[in-house]
Amino acid sequence: MIFFQIAAKDLRSELRTKESLNASLSFAVVILLLFSFAFDPSGEAVAEFSGGLLWLVFAFAGALILNRSFARELPNDCLEVLIASPVSGAQLFLGKSVASFVLLLCIELICLPIFGIFYNITWTPKFWPLLGVFLLGTWGMTILGTLFSALTVNLSLRELMLPMLLYPMMIPALMSAMRLTTILLSGNDIGGDDLVWLRLLIGFDVVFTTLALALVETILVR
Amino acid sequence: MEKNIRIGIGAVAGLLLLRNLYVILFNLPDEMEQGPIYRIFYYHLPAYFTAMCCYMTALVTSVLYLTKRNLRYDAIAMSATEVGLAFAAVNLITGMIWGRVIWGIWWAWDARLTWALICWLVYFGYLMLRQAIDDPTERAKNSAVLSIFSFVSVAITYKAIEWWRTQHPGPVLSFRTGQQLIDPEMERMVYTNFLALLLLAFVMVTVRLNQENLQRQIDGLRRRAHAL
Repeated sequence: MIFFQIAAKDLRSELRTKESLNASLSFAVVILLLFSFAFDPSGEAVAEFSGGLLWLVFAFAGALILNRSFARELPNDCLEVLIASPVSGAQLFLGKSVASFVLLLCIELICLPIFGIFYNITWTPKFWPLLGVFLLGTWGMTILGTLFSALTVNLSLRELMLPMLLYPMMIPALMSAMRLTTILLSGNDIGGDDLVWLRLLIGFDVVFTTLALALVETILVR
Repeated sequence: MEKNIRIGIGAVAGLLLLRNLYVILFNLPDEMEQGPIYRIFYYHLPAYFTAMCCYMTALVTSVLYLTKRNLRYDAIAMSATEVGLAFAAVNLITGMIWGRVIWGIWWAWDARLTWALICWLVYFGYLMLRQAIDDPTERAKNSAVLSIFSFVSVAITYKAIEWWRTQHPGPVLSFRTGQQLIDPEMERMVYTNFLALLLLAFVMVTVRLNQENLQRQIDGLRRRAHAL
């Protein structure tokens, strides 16, 4: 359970400084506000693309959190010390993923009611299935984002490289989460043909978690 | 010697492409419903197969790099990806031209088309990552990992026409459908042109590989000159 201690360390350090949490949350609210200028926010059609809007906000906000995941360890060569410690690469990676996952999920759960108020969307009747979709979608985004954060941590252009690598690669998860969220926010249940999206989301999480855990040691060891 | 073999294969590819172009334009009949524009299919599909082969080569050599740590495998992966991107671009552009004539639009946000574009962007990201890393070993290691991840999008693109209902025409070649849906002569031409493009891709990869080797030699000499 060393990964749990690493996650706790990251969360504690983030809650003390709140640097990426505050930036990410305010960025998410700004994007929610900006979207209202792109179309009529009081229109009937909003529910039809609500999932897309919400997940775009999560993806943008997520990139800020994920960028910090490994970059947080750069000052004072903390990353080198963590890599040199007896903690395995997979444990370190899993700990960092869990911390980013919790942070991102908090932002999502704060954004959801704000989104409901701004765009007149009723989300409370479908909260639990929505939470399930959020958990699966956020895990997919976090696992891939944390791996790419490790890949790009030493680059001077890492703030630019991470979203550029992450967004195209996470499209299967993003697409599925968007579709499932739209279905739920429109007041419908997930079933029939829509189950393919749920399967794709679960498959994405399983495939990328396995690949990431298998390859992260290679990335971290220099 | 290596150069002569490359020129020889290049000449065979060029002659085969010219011969195929002649047969496609003058010997094969128009398709019943689509008319003459269907001929673009002889480049669209083989370009896709060639790009897939390049991405597959990049995957295999990336895995080999991670296991053997030989920079030559990294150079092959990079060259194959660059060439694969060029052929994937041919696939996308020819598809767009066909779509403009048959559908009346350049682009449809259909699963197969979207996935082909995503795949292109993912591999473009691979090349961007390489440019951003200066240290050759670090670059080879990180891009090998990214190449393995990127291949997932290739697999999804391949299966997209089966997983989603798409506007894109379904599989027509007998190896995927298990039955003869198109004229055997037309199918044969797809494979012949695939062979020509594959040979061309091989030549392009070896040329790029040669450039990469020369670049490494120049870098080595530069380092030695600085040391002196």
